[in-house]
Amino acid sequence: MRLAHQFAMESDLITADCIEATEFSDAATKYRVYAVPKTIINREQAIEGSVPEGHFLEAVLSAANSPESGQEA
Amino acid sequence: MGLIGEEVATEIRQRLSGMAAPVRMVHFTQELNLEYGRETREMLEELAALSDKLTLEVYDFLLDKEKVAEYGVDKVPATAIRNDKDYGIRFYGIPAGYEFSALLDAILDVSKGESGLSPETKEKLGRVSQPIHLEVFVTPT
Repeated sequence: MRLAHQFAMESDLITADCIEATEFSDAATKYRVYAVPKTIINREQAIEGSVPEGHFLEAVLSAANSPESGQEA
Repeated sequence: MGLIGEEVATEIRQRLSGMAAPVRMVHFTQELNLEYGRETREMLEELAALSDKLTLEVYDFLLDKEKVAEYGVDKVPATAIRNDKDYGIRFYGIPAGYEFSALLDAILDVSKGESGLSPETKEKLGRVSQPIHLEVFVTPT
């Protein structure tokens, strides 16, 4: 969780929400959260579990740059 | 002390004594139909009392529409952690267990005003050119 917030501190374009999955079960169901932590990037891509800084960075950057992320739309 | 026990409060007070600069917790809630709304607010009030560098502001999700829009809050209970700057850090739901420890980490990082990430990570994040929204789902245990 901390990495996501650290990323938000580092870039004005990044925002990071920490969401209590049982309280927001509709969102958790929508994003198929079966285990935590699970990180959803731009409502499309996912990172399962706790991963090291470098791995998290690559996953976030590649998800944000993927054509599916729909940023151009 | 109600929700935060005396022993834990002492521990938190100790951790918060490392705060460099003031931090604001901007909280959004509503009176009705919110299962843990009251507990969440009480917990934040108790937490704010543990450091004179930590303040709590409370807004009503239904009435304070300008603030809701300013912070982009789409569900409650919600809490933004910020200093003079709003970094886009939000907590949704009661800060219990894992989320509570993440909240303390965020308060301490924001207080320092420094992410603590490696130079390589900072450099790559500096080149981000489009919005990235991260939603991290957690549970209390």
